[in-house]
Amino acid sequence: MAKKKRPVIEREEVVVKFVGDSGDGMQLTGSMFSDVAALVGNDLATFPDFPAEIRAPQNTVAGVSGFQVHMGSSKIFTTGDLVDVLVAMNPASLKSNLKWAKKGATILTDTDAYDEKTIEKAGYKNNPFTDNSLDSFNMIKAPITTLTKESLKDLGVDNKIAERSKNMFALGMLYYIFNRDLKPSFKYFEDKFKKKPELIQINKIVLQAGYNYADTIEALESVIQVSPANMQKGRYRNITGNVATAWGLLAAAEKSGRPLFLGSYPITPATEILMELAKHKSLGAKVFQAEDEIAGICSAIGAAFTGSLACTTTSGPGLSLKSEAIGLAVITELPLVIVNVQRGGPSTGLPTKSEQSDLYQALFGRNGECPVIVIAASTSENCFYYAYEIAKLSMEHMTPAILLTDGYLGFGSTLFRIPKMADMPEINPPIAEANDPDYKPYKRDPETLVRQWALPGTEGLRHRIGGLEKENIIGTVSTDPMNHQIMTNNRAQKVELVANFIPEQEIEGPAEGDLLVVSWGGTYGAVHSAVSQMQKEGKNVSHAHFHYIMPLPKNTDKVLKGFKKIVVCELNSGQFVNYLRMKFPMPNISQFNKVQGLPFMINELTDKFNQLLEEK
Amino acid sequence: MEFVNMTVERTNVQLSKADFESDQMVKWCPGCGGHAILAAVERVFPKIGYRKENFCMVSGIGCSSRFPYYVNTYGIHGIHGRAAAISTGVKIANPRLSVWTVTGDGDSLAIGGNHFIHVIRRNVDINILLFNNQIYGLTKGQFSPTTPMGKVTKTSPMGTIEHPFNIGELVMGAQGTFFARVPDNNITLMTECMFEAAKHDGTSVTEIMENCIIFADKAHAPVTGKEVKDENMLILKNGAPMVFGKNNDKGLILKDTMLEVAEIGKNGITVDDILVHDQYNQDPGIQLMLAKLAPPHFPMVFGVIRSAMYPTYDDLVEEQIKYAKETSKIKNVDDLLNSGDTWEI
Ligand SMILES: Cc1ncc(C[n+]2csc(CCOP(=O)(O)OP(=O)(O)O)c2C)c(N)n1
Ligand code: SF4
Ligand SMILES: [Mg+2]
Repeated sequence: MAKKKRPVIEREEVVVKFVGDSGDGMQLTGSMFSDVAALVGNDLATFPDFPAEIRAPQNTVAGVSGFQVHMGSSKIFTTGDLVDVLVAMNPASLKSNLKWAKKGATILTDTDAYDEKTIEKAGYKNNPFTDNSLDSFNMIKAPITTLTKESLKDLGVDNKIAERSKNMFALGMLYYIFNRDLKPSFKYFEDKFKKKPELIQINKIVLQAGYNYADTIEALESVIQVSPANMQKGRYRNITGNVATAWGLLAAAEKSGRPLFLGSYPITPATEILMELAKHKSLGAKVFQAEDEIAGICSAIGAAFTGSLACTTTSGPGLSLKSEAIGLAVITELPLVIVNVQRGGPSTGLPTKSEQSDLYQALFGRNGECPVIVIAASTSENCFYYAYEIAKLSMEHMTPAILLTDGYLGFGSTLFRIPKMADMPEINPPIAEANDPDYKPYKRDPETLVRQWALPGTEGLRHRIGGLEKENIIGTVSTDPMNHQIMTNNRAQKVELVANFIPEQEIEGPAEGDLLVVSWGGTYGAVHSAVSQMQKEGKNVSHAHFHYIMPLPKNTDKVLKGFKKIVVCELNSGQFVNYLRMKFPMPNISQFNKVQGLPFMINELTDKFNQLLEEK
Repeated sequence: MEFVNMTVERTNVQLSKADFESDQMVKWCPGCGGHAILAAVERVFPKIGYRKENFCMVSGIGCSSRFPYYVNTYGIHGIHGRAAAISTGVKIANPRLSVWTVTGDGDSLAIGGNHFIHVIRRNVDINILLFNNQIYGLTKGQFSPTTPMGKVTKTSPMGTIEHPFNIGELVMGAQGTFFARVPDNNITLMTECMFEAAKHDGTSVTEIMENCIIFADKAHAPVTGKEVKDENMLILKNGAPMVFGKNNDKGLILKDTMLEVAEIGKNGITVDDILVHDQYNQDPGIQLMLAKLAPPHFPMVFGVIRSAMYPTYDDLVEEQIKYAKETSKIKNVDDLLNSGDTWEI
């Protein structure tokens, strides 16, 4: 569509970020832009960057809302470190995001938004246009508000409405810069504003005006082309980690035939899972918003007793509140899915920022000997598969299980190749048969040590379970010392035996070498990108990214032993690394940590890895 | 009144006490009120008419909360304070179960106070048997939220300095739809009230004034003791005048906006002047006044004080699901996965 008078520069990947005041519609603009990229066939990952406050004062840094898109013609693993193209709708958003712009980045900004007041509110001492601070960037300064109003002059649209559509003008300019088709967005307006045809017209006009304007300006030397990625054939959609988690649980419920029950209490960044499941009553999901996290998990335990796929979703502080009840689920040996969307801690910490600092809590944060399955998702999209997996493991092995995701995965989105339910693995919970004369509450399958699930209402299986230690096999209350030893061993052994039902740990790169980079959870994209960049440079480095943490894959020992040096990278002060050291005491395990509420940057990882390779 | 609740599966098989007896040794102290309550439950369960497999008992922690081990039903002995929350999950997940929650005054009103008021507010169809012995029994004698002001206990050697809850007042404050109060020394009344509780759709709270012979012996004796009970207890009957006294010669009347004790036959008062109990009245005004009465100026009121009809939480859950299933285009997870914006590559 672009008039071909400008050279087209082909780029393998580009990071674009839309920033503006909370009211500027940056989330919508960003997601429309990424939808078009997806339609064209780019791979992509996105991340919304919300202000912590609900209604921060206008034009302040606290009120800046952003949406980042990383798109490419090859597989995209992260939402991008530094930004190639920044759309900043006001001075505050420019000020707070400039540090993320690459040297030479293209910055599009609305000059109409800069006056004495807004510049001062943004915290600038001088007008950034006159103080040389933007010299190293390719600035596109456009009077976007004025031009938007002008484009709507003939329609007689009032100024307020006109002003509100300035984000579409900016989007139109970006479509020109990225050589994109406007038609999908036109169709989007037609669908969205079916009942308000005037809005269809307004948005179309403004979008087109922005596009045309970009064609005329001098500041633009070339347009950027990101070609389709070579993606596996199939039907795709965009999905955030939280929605993927919710859907994974629904899928597991359908496959297993166990009705879904969610007992939960709102908490950032996990609330979206609760909200998403609340929408799907047509699939039979019973969603209970409890009075607190304790009631959330306790109601789920009650539901688990009756035979539901029982789940509770939360974030760090909520997991703390659930600790005692997780113990009840452990000793009653009921299936229970606990999702922890991690955020910065301790206490309220950094509620909107991501961290991996709840691993110890997930593994050890309870009284008594209290083992549970712990697994971690690594991309927004695979939250679906790991939520499904945790439900499967929890029900088939009759044990509570914790799925760790994080705010970065939960809020971020990636493309999701839509699976068919028929292709999902079977889930077979060990449900006891009515009137089974041999049924005993704690009789176990000899291979898995799994007890049977006897559902209330079933004839001939009445029994009591509870928080007091139970007699092995028969399940009556027991304080016998040897019995407690046996039951403690059984509960631990049962979880260890899950290792027979999970895949072996994979290594990206050679199975032996100088350096093994180890990571887990939401850092996959960054660590993978860093390692594969170094591998391309011919460096002797491999990557093992763990999804299964308790139990660890059976070959973990072997994986670690193949390397001279090991470095474990985590967004905490070293929790997984210490867990590995505890299990596999080896002198050559080092660590790389960051606790800033921010993801790893690829170059800080490669710097560290190179340093380790150079050190003798 | 016939059974309204048709959700729980019923049976025509005649059940008996033996159907609910467990083989476990009952470990309460000899003389503990728990024994009589257990006898009442074993007496009433076979009469309710549900399949025996459809009873589910849920408890918290405390002497009282050992209860599920002593009855042969499905049961969960939970954690301290959370019985109401666990029960909520049981009932929502499987509304075909008749859920009985056994809890103590500490369990439900101290550590579990939050869950207690919320389950009541939601009107989840469960039956709470609250064993009120005015003490923490299992931990050996600390004061509880129902211990009378000034009472000396292990943790209040100079007497408590906090004001106790009146359970009926708390239940109605939380918009409760059913409240009954019974003494542990009247099995017939206990059985009648538990039957009424089972009949009630919604959260029923039955406060059982239980004697802890070890740590708070005779705590209820000033009301329920043999010598005083005629004067200090008024046992309600729906539709009947609220009379009490050895010769049934006293009753409650409403004077201005307050209840008052009147003697029948004096000052021209006849039985027709005595207030008639209406447990089904949706307006809890009089019922709340009744729940709060206590000696020395009034009798304490026993029996079913309130039993009002309101929709239950679990019924509404089922209704929303039914409606969603009828109206939503998303019938299965494949539909869900393919809903909204998708594209082929
Ligand atoms: C989390 C927790 N805190 C404290 C306790 C100790 N505890 C057990 S029972 C109880 C009080 C029980 O009192 P009540 O509920 O009145 O039951 P009762 O024994 O009188 O029947 C306490 C404090 C516990 N088990 N768990
Ligand atoms: S301590 Fe009190 S409440 Fe507990 S069993 Fe003994 S008498 Fe009953
Ligand atoms: Mg007590």
